[in-house]
Amino acid sequence: MDILKFFTAGSVDDGKSTLIGRLLYDTNSILADQLEALQASNRKNDDGTIDLAILTDGLRAEREQGITIDVAYKYFQTEKRKFIIADTPGHIQYTRNMVTGASTAKLAIILIDARKGVVEQTVRHSYLVSLLGVSELAVCINKMDMVDYSETVFREITEAYEALAAKLNLNKVNFIPVSALKGDNIVHRSVHMPWYDGSSLLYFLENVEVTGHLPSVYARMPVQWVIRPQTEDLHDYRGYAGRILSGTFKKGDAVTVMPSGQQSVIDRIEVFDKEPEQALTGMSVTLHLKDQVDISRGDVLVSSARLTQQTRNIAADLCWMDQKQLDNSLTYLLQHNSKITKCKIADIQYKVDINTMNKESADTFHLNDIGRVELKTADELAFDWYDENPANGAAILIDSRTNLTVAALMFREAV
Amino acid sequence: MQAQKLDYLDELEAEAIHILREVAGQFEKPALLFSGGKDSITLVRLAEKAFRPGKFPFPLVHIDTGHNFEETIIYRDQMVERLGEKLIVGYVQDAIDQGKVLEQKGKNASRNALQTVTLLDTIAEHGFDACIGGARRDEEKARAKERIFSVRDEFGQWDPKRQRPELWNIYNGRIQKGENVRVFPISNWTELDVWNYIRREKMDLPSIYFAHQRDCITRNGQLMAASPYLNMDEEDLIVSRKVRFRTVGDMSCTAAVASDADQIDDIIAEISASKISERGARLDDKVSEAAMEDRKKGGYF
Repeated sequence: MDILKFFTAGSVDDGKSTLIGRLLYDTNSILADQLEALQASNRKNDDGTIDLAILTDGLRAEREQGITIDVAYKYFQTEKRKFIIADTPGHIQYTRNMVTGASTAKLAIILIDARKGVVEQTVRHSYLVSLLGVSELAVCINKMDMVDYSETVFREITEAYEALAAKLNLNKVNFIPVSALKGDNIVHRSVHMPWYDGSSLLYFLENVEVTGHLPSVYARMPVQWVIRPQTEDLHDYRGYAGRILSGTFKKGDAVTVMPSGQQSVIDRIEVFDKEPEQALTGMSVTLHLKDQVDISRGDVLVSSARLTQQTRNIAADLCWMDQKQLDNSLTYLLQHNSKITKCKIADIQYKVDINTMNKESADTFHLNDIGRVELKTADELAFDWYDENPANGAAILIDSRTNLTVAALMFREAV
Repeated sequence: MQAQKLDYLDELEAEAIHILREVAGQFEKPALLFSGGKDSITLVRLAEKAFRPGKFPFPLVHIDTGHNFEETIIYRDQMVERLGEKLIVGYVQDAIDQGKVLEQKGKNASRNALQTVTLLDTIAEHGFDACIGGARRDEEKARAKERIFSVRDEFGQWDPKRQRPELWNIYNGRIQKGENVRVFPISNWTELDVWNYIRREKMDLPSIYFAHQRDCITRNGQLMAASPYLNMDEEDLIVSRKVRFRTVGDMSCTAAVASDADQIDDIIAEISASKISERGARLDDKVSEAAMEDRKKGGYF
């Protein structure tokens, strides 16, 4: 059994929380005491049934205002898969939360209100899916019960969306007509839409293939920690501990330490008391090299068959996440996996109006702004382009005055 | 192309080890909060996987309410000896003796809330800048929104509205002097995942997790272990029941469940079929809908 992380984009009005509540409820993932707390709550639907949206609104302010402010993580599982949902708010003022939820997701669910069709926020959410490179997309056309389960309405919306998807290079799009409120096509196939011959949302989630694994030449492992017991019997023990970002390392593979460029060969791979022949993407391991090389935290071990990029000047897409606007006279800190270095924003190429996707010139970025910048870092970074290997192509910016994470960065091209 | 995928337990384990190693790499003086419960026992196992054959780059810290299950303390001491790692104990009794906190009164009195003061004192005394804890997001809805690296101000408070965005697998642990970070490596695990992991790893647990005969009373519809720490009166009828505990906290606030499950397979079968979520057995969460959120804001785990 594997894990699928997905995120949901949509606003409360689209029934996003209801959809998640429905998934949890219909897969028996809500337990009795949670249900009891739900029933005791004053929030009910118009027909007196339980308001499933309450399940995802965790903070007091959210319950008071009836909105989702922050990313909430929810868990459920079926016989086939474990699911982790990043439930993110959909309004434009929470763009940063959506970017956060999308950053770890392999699949996105976009909700469209069947009565409204493709609207401004649909464009925005789809743009973010494309920007973050989320590989699979399920477009749920919700509230089908409000349009008499009309096939015509569904067809019109899918056509409009396909035009948008083409512009954004979104190629794996699946359309599902649903009613989260009534439960149509969420877990169970709907009896109200005989014209729809696709699967329910849950069936789709259970069966969709999302590996995201890259060939072994993309083997990359940032060193997090050097294990050196320095005891009598383990005097020469020197293990490089980290998690495999992408690709596969095998015993005997030629590796290069980036950015120093030193070369060696994998001598053995340790996972606690086991010594596997290979280290797969996602595994946390300890690597041993044949040669004595100088390696410390923040260095990246990479396959010598394909080295990373190595530069101090990078054009990157940026999403600004702080209340304080970007000040390009400041030096920020850039964190790329386990490596931290100083960074300046050398230039702003453009800002994107994410409702229309038009590029505009800009002097700064405010909260939730997205655009392209040119970075100049103090140290060389060992990275890949985000399009090729997202796991090694992203970073965050930190304001050294407040220590807050102020921006998400995706490395796009050389300057 | 490689099609091999990690099994879900391997993936959760790898994520947790990555987080523990980030703590080691980013902080000067981290600590692992150890309660004797299954979640912190799991953390210890993960720390072994992250750092052996080296030493842990942090001590274990136990905040002792004084109202412990004896079995937990025996387990703790044996484990520390086996590991050869350092244990620091902060005593809630000390805070009570110093008059820093007042013992609660009445039938539902518990020392659970008093732990916060001792925890903050212990953090200050040793200068810990990061405290690793075993909280999970599936436990409770305020926890569902907490970051894996969760920054607390100098009063130990959590501010849900000022949380840092946590992107990809990049953890920002930078803090100002006086602040500290609570780190939750098993945030993405569910109760069932923890049990399946314990079974897979063949880990030992304190015996109270398994069904055993015990004197209990019924309080607010739940079974509580009869103990000197529980304020009982003549109306409380003591009956011997076969029970086990799903969480291990202070004796005065952790309810038992009637169960015959004395083997791990039976426990897993029981949890899979259970209709009561784990924190339903914690009276401390039942105070109000925002009980956990409020305690976290005040500096709780």
